Amino acid sequence: MQTIAEFLRNAAKYGDLGKAALRWQAKEEGCDESILMARMHDRLSVMRDSAKAGLSPTLRSVSGMVGGQAAKMFVPEEINRFGLLGKAGAYAMSIAEYNACMGKIVAAPTAGSCGILPGALLAAQEQDGFTDDDLVMALFTAAGIGRIIALQATISGAEGGCQAECGAAAAMAAAALVQLYGGTPEASTHASAFALMNMLGLVCDPVHGLVEVPCVYRNVGGVSQALSAAQMALSGVKSPIPCDEVILAMKDVGDALPASLRETGEGGCAACRSVCGKK
Amino acid sequence: MDLFDILGPVMVGPSSSHTAGAARIGLITRLLLGTEPSQARIGLYGSFQKTYRGHGTDKALIGGLLGMAVDDERLRESLRYADEQGLRYSFYNADARGAHPNTVIMDVDSADGRHICVQAASIGGGEIEVQSINGLEAGFSGHENTLVITQKDTKGMIAQISSVLSASSLNIATMRVFRRSVGGEAMMVIEIDGEADKTLIDCLSAMPGIYHVAYVAARSKGV
Repeated sequence: MQTIAEFLRNAAKYGDLGKAALRWQAKEEGCDESILMARMHDRLSVMRDSAKAGLSPTLRSVSGMVGGQAAKMFVPEEINRFGLLGKAGAYAMSIAEYNACMGKIVAAPTAGSCGILPGALLAAQEQDGFTDDDLVMALFTAAGIGRIIALQATISGAEGGCQAECGAAAAMAAAALVQLYGGTPEASTHASAFALMNMLGLVCDPVHGLVEVPCVYRNVGGVSQALSAAQMALSGVKSPIPCDEVILAMKDVGDALPASLRETGEGGCAACRSVCGKK
Repeated sequence: MDLFDILGPVMVGPSSSHTAGAARIGLITRLLLGTEPSQARIGLYGSFQKTYRGHGTDKALIGGLLGMAVDDERLRESLRYADEQGLRYSFYNADARGAHPNTVIMDVDSADGRHICVQAASIGGGEIEVQSINGLEAGFSGHENTLVITQKDTKGMIAQISSVLSASSLNIATMRVFRRSVGGEAMMVIEIDGEADKTLIDCLSAMPGIYHVAYVAARSKGV
């Protein structure tokens, strides 16, 4: 499966995007689908463990810049204020901070963007009671979308900026959410297109070159982008630009970014006076 | 690239290149040494040199040398484990101009006097490349099960080694030979389909003209 269009054709054949992705992987490895389901369940449990562990108020990264912030977000009045977004954002922060503190996470698709997809799915499960099997199939959908983005563009911040990492993660999460909430495969790909289009141009500008600032905040922002994209798609709003074309646009924008905005820690936030160490 | 490359690796953060890739390089260096390391002198170049502390690259390299995998939560505390297990280590700024920006040079000794020098790069997403071993070009990724054999450069050696592999029903995926000088030390990097077991490695090690056999098992599927 090289394109979203092909992914959609397979989804029509096998039922939905998740099933199409699962079947592709089973064929690729020449193994039974149940083995792959079990492996994805393991991924999900690492995601869940990292979401809980990152809530500790005493966590600190090696540099001391981040850690313990998810604990501030994960109190009832803050979680409840913005509904699903409250909990999804808190979990995204939690997982991203746990990563920054040398915790064990699932790169999704990268370590720097690891909070967005699980943040969205775990919060949705807690609010609306989806089963772990539902989440696992949504993860297959997300992985299928992410793989096509990696093939057609890039998921590396050093190559394409943060739009390639957090943008891809949000596009994956958006498609997964649409599937969870009963949307069609087409709607999932519209959601991915919206998420990616709304994050187009986002630069990768890590302060001191570390996966901390602004990365952990971008994970929280990425969740809100995923939810908004899913909201539009589930409402029947269609992207006027097919997802495949938005992916190619993301690549073009990434190619046009100067090196200072592609994970070198030289531009953007990394160059701001109060954090860069220069007067 | 498959779906578990996208939702993976499962790893200790914060960075797939600076942490997971570094741990993998440490672990492969341990396997190439073939025994417990007692001392390591580690040269960091480029981005590794500038950001290693904040990314835990030092902890990841040492943890790998101690046998920890990329998802081993003890990586965080690996420097303490090194002290406990008597692994002495030091870091320095390596000058490897023109090399990949995430390059490391590991000089590692064992208590029984074996020494190895590995130059490797972490090339993104946790992927790595072992570039040279003891100054001989190596060029492998650890994606496949890999045998690294050092031997005397002599006639018939390649044929003998391949017949031993074939007798064990192992197919050779790729094979490359590098030598220091005619009749001197040579190194063979063989990627195989299937697993090499201890019997095979012992059998190869016992062959006349073979100095050392190391076996780097591929990162197991899905991790």
